[in-house]
Amino acid sequence: MKIVMAHGSGGNATRELIKDLFHKYLANDYLDKMEDSAILPVSEYPLAMTTDSFVVTPLEFPGGDIGKLAICGTVNDLWMAGAEPQYLTAGFILEEGLDVDLLDRVVASLSRTAKEAGIKIVAGDTKVVQGNGGLYINTAGLGFRKSGRRIGTDMIREGDALIVSGDLGNHHACIMSQRMEIVNSIQSDCANLGPMVEDLLQAGIEVRAMRDITRGGLGTVLNEIAEASNHAVEIEEKSIPVDPEVKSFCDILGLDPLYMANEGKFLCITAQEHAERALNILKQNSLGTKARLIGSVTETGKPLVTVKTRLGGKRVIDVLYGEGLPRIC
Amino acid sequence: MNLDKILKELAGDHQELKIMEVCGTHTSSIFKNGIRSLLSPEIRLISGPGCPVCVTPASYIDKAIEWALTPNCVLLTFGDMMKVPGSEKSLSEAKADGARVEIMYSPQEALKKAAANPELTYVIACVGFETTIPSYALVIEQTERSGLTNIKFLTALRKVMPALDFICATDNEISAFIAPGHVSTILGSQAYAGLAEQYMKPFAVAGFEGEHILIAIYDLVKQVENHKHEVHNLYPSVVKPEGNAVALAYISNYFESGPAFWRGIGVIEDSGLYLNQKYRKYDAGSADLTGDAAQKTTNCRCGEVILGKINPDECPMFGKACTPAKAQGPCMVSSEGTCGIWFRFTRK
Repeated sequence: MKIVMAHGSGGNATRELIKDLFHKYLANDYLDKMEDSAILPVSEYPLAMTTDSFVVTPLEFPGGDIGKLAICGTVNDLWMAGAEPQYLTAGFILEEGLDVDLLDRVVASLSRTAKEAGIKIVAGDTKVVQGNGGLYINTAGLGFRKSGRRIGTDMIREGDALIVSGDLGNHHACIMSQRMEIVNSIQSDCANLGPMVEDLLQAGIEVRAMRDITRGGLGTVLNEIAEASNHAVEIEEKSIPVDPEVKSFCDILGLDPLYMANEGKFLCITAQEHAERALNILKQNSLGTKARLIGSVTETGKPLVTVKTRLGGKRVIDVLYGEGLPRIC
Repeated sequence: MNLDKILKELAGDHQELKIMEVCGTHTSSIFKNGIRSLLSPEIRLISGPGCPVCVTPASYIDKAIEWALTPNCVLLTFGDMMKVPGSEKSLSEAKADGARVEIMYSPQEALKKAAANPELTYVIACVGFETTIPSYALVIEQTERSGLTNIKFLTALRKVMPALDFICATDNEISAFIAPGHVSTILGSQAYAGLAEQYMKPFAVAGFEGEHILIAIYDLVKQVENHKHEVHNLYPSVVKPEGNAVALAYISNYFESGPAFWRGIGVIEDSGLYLNQKYRKYDAGSADLTGDAAQKTTNCRCGEVILGKINPDECPMFGKACTPAKAQGPCMVSSEGTCGIWFRFTRK
């Protein structure tokens, strides 16, 4: 069956779609009340709130799908502020012609990922628009920072260590491969970073700031960090972890893993004296086995990112300019 | 000789010399590896005309937009052409205004699209040097074989050798050349022998890793200091002396040479490739684009950058009126354009 405009009419077809599909996967105490707003308990901890929209094509790809991505992307944004995700809203924009079986798989995946992440979907919305079988998801997430500590770019200090949680570029290379019909074994790294962050915080690691490395890649994230904190950072090219298959893919297409999107990697900035221990904690997690110390914060008052190349040269890393390739996440 | 020794020697005292890397991918690798920071100030690296996007005339962009605005026509292009300025606007701006432009990853995509949508005509923007020209020839062959009549080719294909000849003939300051690696896989290392002999300039064919480029620079420095002008193939695993016969046959089967306009430089005789008589039925008006009267007059000095006469930061617009976000000249647009590379890698 395909989605037709009637599914967005608000009438019988909409009710059936919600009952037969969305309710099947997303039912919980908050959502089942079917009120116009969810009433949520107040917490004693500071509230973190974020929103994100997911427009990836193809909708399913090796290592994930748009449903898994929508949950991981949002919970990761909360975790990066040191906040434990609690509640999430999901708005679905369906294009006419979307295959209902595909939608079923995506919502099942979204539900499964939300349960694994311990987050409740408390409100939702569905709209149907004219189009060609596409699907877009918008989410908003709420969480609480229970750790009691301040995490953010204003905490960054000269000498701090920069740690990346694993190989870069897999999600981008996976999506590109699917679109270009290139056969390889590259999988998206789409994943919930929560367990790794929780391990770091519970071990008492002095985490200054964290960023998940999504669109724009590590190069862009480092520039954002440098600008927001007004510090210079320097990384070592030879320390940047990239899977050999992704590297070959990049070499052929002229892409740079430094600017490629990821959906399950983060940059963690810690006090230098905690760096080694943080690295060991990350490596204990199956998602962090390739974690690497890539550089440090070198100077205050100079928002510049530089890399020491394998040959010993030095160059500036700027943000990603332009967008020669279509958006991938 | 090991790399440490090469690095030490290249950082030491030398006579002043200018080495041109013709290929944009070499330029990119030089900056990515921070190679300039490892060389003695006397060894100057000059970026050449080896980015096909940069040398594509504004009139070509105008023509492409014209096709994209034609009812039932779709223009297919690689992403890096999207922001190249035409005389009025870029493909990206035209698309925002309603022109039908689609980014392709491979020209072969046109075959599938044209078969699935017979009511539409797909015009492929074919821009490139010898490295990519055979792939366009292959699509022409497949178009002919499949009987599809709704694919057209708008070509801005350029030959590297006439451009190198032009540079050698008009600029005696370049001491040596790092030969374009990708193009050399097609043309072969021996293709440069005539120029090396005639203009007494050494050439080194190099791969794209930082180490390869350093070795090439070292080789060329030694050749200049020893008054030699030989062609050294330092990339023999990929580049054969005679080149790639199959690819060369594809080029000669489908294309013929003619004068071509290089943006910022002007017309270079015999430097363009156009669909030959047998396949001209697929051409989308490429042969009419040998001039560029339509090009807007600005202070852009991309032409001098391409010819190695100035560094990008000597252009008054560099980093001010002209940035990758709002490129005024083509060299700022492409990932292999000299100005864009300088902007990304040298900004302080």
